[in-house]
Amino acid sequence: MSMLELRKVSKVYGLGATQVHALHEVSLEVAPGTMVAVMGPSGSGKSTLLTIAGSLEEPTSGQVLVAGDDLATMSRNDKARLRRQSIGYVFQDFNLLPGLTAAENVALPLELDGVSARKAREAGLSALTDLGLADRASNYPDQLSGGERQRVAIARAVVGDRRLLLADEPSGALDSENGEAVMRMIHAACKRGVAAVVVTHDAQLASWADRVVFIRDGRIVDQTAPVPGPESLLRQDR
Amino acid sequence: MSVRHALLALLSEGPKYGLRLREEFEAGTGEVWPLNIGQVYTTLQRLERDGLIESDDDEQDSPQKRFRITAEGERELAAWLRTPPDMSSPPRDELVIKVLVALLVPGTDVREVIQAHRRYLVELMQQWTRIKDADAGRDLALGLAVDAELFRLDAVVRWLDAADGRIKRAALESPIAARDDLPRLKRKTGVTR
Repeated sequence: MSMLELRKVSKVYGLGATQVHALHEVSLEVAPGTMVAVMGPSGSGKSTLLTIAGSLEEPTSGQVLVAGDDLATMSRNDKARLRRQSIGYVFQDFNLLPGLTAAENVALPLELDGVSARKAREAGLSALTDLGLADRASNYPDQLSGGERQRVAIARAVVGDRRLLLADEPSGALDSENGEAVMRMIHAACKRGVAAVVVTHDAQLASWADRVVFIRDGRIVDQTAPVPGPESLLRQDR
Repeated sequence: MSVRHALLALLSEGPKYGLRLREEFEAGTGEVWPLNIGQVYTTLQRLERDGLIESDDDEQDSPQKRFRITAEGERELAAWLRTPPDMSSPPRDELVIKVLVALLVPGTDVREVIQAHRRYLVELMQQWTRIKDADAGRDLALGLAVDAELFRLDAVVRWLDAADGRIKRAALESPIAARDDLPRLKRKTGVTR
């Protein structure tokens, strides 16, 4: 079963002559353990796709299924629980709360979900440790570098038992080394079974994905073939 | 890179026997050195003749001979490292030509042509990234070589993205505009009608 499935999803903003078709019958499936990159220029609809996939916005038509459940049939409470428990979000601007330490930021989604403060803090610390940030746990966001902040944001997105990671230009403001570190983390989360959708205009980031879909003017126009093994590039006669 | 400078680089670490040089040359092949083992011994002879390296004994065959780099050889290597390769006039770019030609062919969706090339480039980049991922930063030379490929391919994808946007805007502003610029570009790209 797909962790995320979009079936002919369309999104129209505005009415009449001012209508904008942000998405047009977009279909997409993301299996557990795979990373899909959505590549397209700004204004192509890729961020809209992500907010609809994450139930932060509703489609005008079409279906969105998360772990087989149709979002349209879920109550507001159920959707809120799904967002808290199953979906992790990573945005370009990190969205960390400035008054909380790194560990508290990571533990927050669990605490909001009713997990005890102590258990949430333990899970938060373990997620930070996995990402090599154990020694930064008690730092506040303004005491961290851009790369560290984004790693904290990723720790928060995968803390607990989140199975779907949605990232919008996750390394947009970072240099190439930190950008690569962020993609390695998302890649590692996928190896542990998480399904990830990464929206980006950057081909180097997209190349970490198992599949790259190309979006243009609200439509998916193309996608890459499955990646062959590395032997196809190395040790060629040259 | 030339076999000549590859051998000077290997000898700059210290004196080595011919056989060892050949082995190290072979081991480095693929990532950094060019593959041409047959040239190792003839190049060593020429380097010695030119005074860039010297050996212990003139009598023996190359595999048993021990070579060391001379001061002049070190100067030659240092100068070579710092001499920028000629990047002022790149060869005609086949991809650029294809996109420009696509503008000329009636009924061709140039943006679809661009997408076909973009997909191919991203697929290549995925393969290089797999290699980088599998290596996990252990082999520095491999990491650098893979990065060079990724940045090179990325630059081409960026050009395609920019071309895509430019063509879309040109079509919105005036359907003729995209063609008007072509005559001036003919000479540079070799595109002729």
